[in-house]
Amino acid sequence: MIDAYLSPSDCAFRQEVKAFMREHLPPRLARQQRSHSHLPKEDVVAWHQILHRHGWGAPSWPKEYGGTGWTPVQRFIFEDECALADAPLLSMFGINMVGPVIYTFGTETQKQRFLPPIVGMTEHWCQGYSEPGAGSDLAGLRTRAELDGDHYVVNGSKIWTSDAHKADWMFCLVRTDPQAKQQKGISFLLIDMKTPGITVRPIISIDGGHTLNEVFFDGVRVPCANLVGEENKGWTYAKFLLGHERSATPEVSRTKRRMVLLRELAATMQVNGQPLAEDPHFALRLAGAQVELDALELTNLRLLLDDAYEGDGMAAASMMKLRGSEVMQLVTELTLDAMGPGVMPYEPAGDGSSQTPGAPDCTLGRVEDYFLRRAATIYAGSSETQRNILAKLIFGT
Amino acid sequence: MRLEFNEDQRALQGSVQAWLGKEYPHAVWREVALGQRAGSPTFWNTFAQMGWLAASLPVAHGGLGGGTADAAVLAECFGAALVLEPFVSTVVLGAGLIQASGSTEQQDESLPQIGEGKLRIAFAQAEANSRFALNDVQTRAERSAGGWTITGEKIAVWDAPDAHWLIVLARSAGSRFDSDGLGLFVVPRNAASVSMQRFAMIDKRPGAHVKFDAAPALAVLGDPGGALPAVQRVVAQALAVLAHEACGAMQAAISQTVTYLQQRKQFGQPLADFQVLRHRTVDMRVQLECSRSLALHAAFCAAEDGAAADRAATAAKVQVGRAGRWIGHQAIQLHGGMGMTDELAIGHVMKRLLMLDTFLGNADHHQQRLARITATQATPS
Repeated sequence: MIDAYLSPSDCAFRQEVKAFMREHLPPRLARQQRSHSHLPKEDVVAWHQILHRHGWGAPSWPKEYGGTGWTPVQRFIFEDECALADAPLLSMFGINMVGPVIYTFGTETQKQRFLPPIVGMTEHWCQGYSEPGAGSDLAGLRTRAELDGDHYVVNGSKIWTSDAHKADWMFCLVRTDPQAKQQKGISFLLIDMKTPGITVRPIISIDGGHTLNEVFFDGVRVPCANLVGEENKGWTYAKFLLGHERSATPEVSRTKRRMVLLRELAATMQVNGQPLAEDPHFALRLAGAQVELDALELTNLRLLLDDAYEGDGMAAASMMKLRGSEVMQLVTELTLDAMGPGVMPYEPAGDGSSQTPGAPDCTLGRVEDYFLRRAATIYAGSSETQRNILAKLIFGT
Repeated sequence: MRLEFNEDQRALQGSVQAWLGKEYPHAVWREVALGQRAGSPTFWNTFAQMGWLAASLPVAHGGLGGGTADAAVLAECFGAALVLEPFVSTVVLGAGLIQASGSTEQQDESLPQIGEGKLRIAFAQAEANSRFALNDVQTRAERSAGGWTITGEKIAVWDAPDAHWLIVLARSAGSRFDSDGLGLFVVPRNAASVSMQRFAMIDKRPGAHVKFDAAPALAVLGDPGGALPAVQRVVAQALAVLAHEACGAMQAAISQTVTYLQQRKQFGQPLADFQVLRHRTVDMRVQLECSRSLALHAAFCAAEDGAAADRAATAAKVQVGRAGRWIGHQAIQLHGGMGMTDELAIGHVMKRLLMLDTFLGNADHHQQRLARITATQATPS
């Protein structure tokens, strides 16, 4: 549908990526990606290193820092093909989040120290943003960092920290000037997770899996050399990074893949002895969801081809985050409905994922995905927050 | 007659709610759900002692004669507390099928035992390819020297692991989709040639896929080839009760959400001050009230003739299925990240609502049934 809008060289690039997936993505990893909403670290690393060996370890980065130097359209094509092939999702915290902050605002020493292990996936990152009292109101954060010689001493806690239990490093927003109002007085620190005084407590999510954590800091000493940019200017970097997070989050392609799996499921399940896909009522709902997905995919492409994601403009990213999460949830709900009574059994598989005993193989991981993606309208700026951002842009106030 | 529970029913409701609030708070539910504390038979025996299991059963069989409406009162309370006991399976479906199809002797023998908490039942109906159609049955019942043997597979059987009896919907004659030729066969759960794949279900209720390999039936309830009309009638009663269980769960979702929005502060004010969140909560409440009306109507119609009861129950199941799923989702959304945690009750309320939508036919299934029921009602002018 969308290739008509791509240049011949972009179409050739798509073929190149497609061929790469065919040759280099191990079927075991693709299956793991489908069955595990909380993909084990070794699978993420295995896939990342396959990409890295091919020079694709940092798809979105400029060449000088070990990236691919791809255009936004090429990056989009790469993501699309990864999703359609069930390639494991890369850990976004290093590649898509802290990496760009470090190469844009960091010192030369920081670049040399931190960037290569991100590209090679030898160090894992997590993000210390939300706090128990600061969610949508991120600027209300209270974790404090006080100067003591050539160290900051950090006290406080973070919550909803994905992968904190797997991470070597955390990029963290801390309050360095308690007198300053809200966004002012916040700094951006890089914290070694092995530093004494850090405690990580798991949070089990409603699907039964573990990605989220609470992280407590008790007198954690962080060298001043790990401050990114200027003290008390952390909000600038945080906003820069949120822009990156949002443009990376629409997950349009992953939802396209969900739709393919849903159609496979609908062709497999029966109603009155016929495939569910041929049931007029279900077919109507499926077609309705397809229209919403097509509109999402084409809107994403239109914004991409207009360079609307580039620069400081947040409108495109907010709109796609908002709509993308809604369409994602529409497809996951329809997937549940397609499963009929077989959706009800649900138990841990013993390897960090949950399974649906007795259901056909094409349902693999679908129920867990549905549960976990209820968070899609909450994380990375809730739908209510996105609507506030967009309303401000529309009304100018 | 008002479209509300009567005074006796409200008194029952009050005492059940008070007991559950004290003895079955979320922390206790959690221990039962995680298998750290035995649910059945401890709680089940208590329910029997309180008279709750006998409330809806006929007076002639040791019951209190409250019928579907009293079962609805209890189910609503149980839904709000996410009770894991096999109330609908045993008291509504099990006792209902025995009443509707069983002989006088069978009723005399088993109904009092149900009321006393000594007999727990699971209804084995759905199959891998049946989806929600009651007539789509491939499990076979074959006549043998000693009676009947059952061969086939039933999926996602609610409460099967702790049941004494499975009432199995099986085909004694005809082919896969025939409405005739279906019977209800009682098979003890621990009978030879019954194998079970046990699991927790989405809402932590015990469930199982059950395989019958020429399993001998203990008894057949009524006509071994003519059970479908009775099954449809009892399922309609069960739908009315499930609708009330869903109303209880929706009520819990809303009150937990309201409390959370009042307590949680962002941007220097309680979330309850944000108009968009207030309006969402209002829409949830409106959906609950609409659900409650249809659920009450279904419970009050359950004793009437088949068509009226079926129509009311079907409409109620469509409404609670859709409203329940939507309210569950919104409750999580309004709880933000907290709503995504296994620790809080709200996620489990959402899962109970998903189970209640799915069991015995989801909203789409019943909307299609309702379309067929009502299509013939209008005539061209």
